[in-house]
Amino acid sequence: MLKTISLFLVLMAVWLLLSGHYTPLITGFGIASCLLSALIAYRMDVIDHESHPIYLGPRIISYWGWLVVEIFKANIDVAKCVLFPSRYLRPSMFTVTASQKSDLGRVIYANSITLTPGTVTVDLDDDQVMVHALTEGSADGVKNGDMDQRVTKVMKET
Amino acid sequence: MIYAITAIAILVSIALALTRAILGPTSYDRILAANAIGTKTVLLIGVMGFLAGRPDFLDLALVYALVNFIGTLAVLKYFKFGTLRGTLSKPADNS
Amino acid sequence: MDLILDIGTWVLLLAGSLLLLITGFGLLRLPDLYTRIHAGGMADTLATFLIFVGLSFQSGFSLVSVKLLLVIVFVFFTSPTASYALAQGSFVAGLKPKLDGFGQSEQKEKDDA
Repeated sequence: MLKTISLFLVLMAVWLLLSGHYTPLITGFGIASCLLSALIAYRMDVIDHESHPIYLGPRIISYWGWLVVEIFKANIDVAKCVLFPSRYLRPSMFTVTASQKSDLGRVIYANSITLTPGTVTVDLDDDQVMVHALTEGSADGVKNGDMDQRVTKVMKET
Repeated sequence: MIYAITAIAILVSIALALTRAILGPTSYDRILAANAIGTKTVLLIGVMGFLAGRPDFLDLALVYALVNFIGTLAVLKYFKFGTLRGTLSKPADNS
Repeated sequence: MDLILDIGTWVLLLAGSLLLLITGFGLLRLPDLYTRIHAGGMADTLATFLIFVGLSFQSGFSLVSVKLLLVIVFVFFTSPTASYALAQGSFVAGLKPKLDGFGQSEQKEKDDA
């Protein structure tokens, strides 16, 4: 029930930010639609800790900050690789082991790998993550396990 | 001025992606090109909104980003299972 | 102050445009599907980020900036999922990535010869 209320509050905040029209009638419609959505989600029983990961809290924000810096570096690598393929292009495929216990942690890890250009998750089977890497540098970036440990820290599963 | 330059760059990039979609060779290359064109269209809508002085275009960009994602997944699912019907009975759908 | 924001917009939008052109170029130039996914991912992430942050400099603190940020967040959440589905779909369909024939192995052949 607490999660339903928090879902309603999140929906309401998004609605208020996106709408921009604050006459009583329109706002009433907004509240009604958010209530309906929360009610349907409650009846469908789809609100669990996975679809509503508010408990990750501020740790995931600092992880995102680190991730954006990584994306910057990786993009420059891939751009170099596109412009000078003969010098940088060294595709490889390998499997790494994810150290997260929960499905959500593994999904965050696999999506972070894909989000960083130069590495793409090809297959995620239990804790075996198959990765395709574009250059040697990006392959080493996944193999050294830095990102893996950070995601585990975010999930508090160390 | 800068908006026009960006819009032209996006259009050129879309043309390059379209060439890839025509060349193929596999259907997955074409899906990739379609997905890339969709992402670039989101950027184009945002930039055009500022170019025309009407930032309400951003609502369209927001919706287009979501529709593009769903569309790509729908086409991929169609390729993988040959149908868009729910395949909850197949255990392979959990992947 | 306005001048600084304008220069910021110019720099970010030009960088984003350049990155988009490199992306389109990469989609044409790279040799196989898996390497092309990397090029497509570049447009999804950094180019979107740069262009929309550049635009949000022009709108200041308003609902427009919030929408720009929301677009960035949506794209950052959905694009890796789409890339993963694409890569996994083609891998399951039996498309093998081209792994050799690039610089290093040519070097080895030269060494052997």
